[in-house]
Amino acid sequence: MEAVSQQIPLEHFLVLSAILFSIGVYGVLTRRNAVLILMSVELMLNAASINMVAFAAYASPAAFTGIIFAIFIITIAAAEVGLALAIILRIFRNRGTANVDEVDALKW
Amino acid sequence: MTVAQLIFYVIAALAVAGGLGVVLARNTVYAALFLILALLAVAGVYILLASEFLALVQVLIYAGAVTVLMLFALMLTRVGDLPETMTGAQWPLAAVVSSLLMGLLVTTVATSDWPGDADGTITRIPFEQLGEALFRQWAVPFEIASLVLLIALVGAIVLARDEDDDVEESE
Repeated sequence: MEAVSQQIPLEHFLVLSAILFSIGVYGVLTRRNAVLILMSVELMLNAASINMVAFAAYASPAAFTGIIFAIFIITIAAAEVGLALAIILRIFRNRGTANVDEVDALKW
Repeated sequence: MTVAQLIFYVIAALAVAGGLGVVLARNTVYAALFLILALLAVAGVYILLASEFLALVQVLIYAGAVTVLMLFALMLTRVGDLPETMTGAQWPLAAVVSSLLMGLLVTTVATSDWPGDADGTITRIPFEQLGEALFRQWAVPFEIASLVLLIALVGAIVLARDEDDDVEESE
């Protein structure tokens, strides 16, 4: 493992990740179309991955933990997108809408 | 300012612009295209962090497969971009909450002591060692992840299939 100096402090990556995560939170809270909510969730997952990889590169490169975690985040995100889109498609077929406010059969 | 720093700021600006496009665009397809921009910018961040393998995976799986799947779902569930499905009535509250969260996170990052931030020296991890770690130390989580993918695939096909006629739609 070789060391590379890039003169970018670790904080820069963490701040970028915080900004992306907050944008994702805003999207999840405001968007009402289920697919758009899923896109915002993807943004938040990516922000978390940036954190993991940044810490792996700067703090503890020995066990590759951060990078392995990022690989698993991407894997689980792929599974999650496939399943969530199948559910959204099923809801759309049954109810003719992808608006999460109108899918309220379990709400009273 | 070094070249690496300049590249980082450009990539970070692209990622934030893409993210804002995802949550603010008035058209769902534009939002999906902005998502591709944001995900490619994150791949650039991985390259800056000397994780080329992750950058490749990011481009292939996220920018390639996931966004195409999103575009398919948008196409299949499209009823026109109604303004009320794009932005809910609670957007001012959501803006306040997410701004507060961002402020909290950024202050925490700025006021904490982090290791290895003196000169920005990072460690480059070669492909071979990463592969060895993945298939030795992390072999069991790796197999569990493949099982999760298989179950998700089967579940998605079962959920998305139309029972009425025997037309199978792969999802």
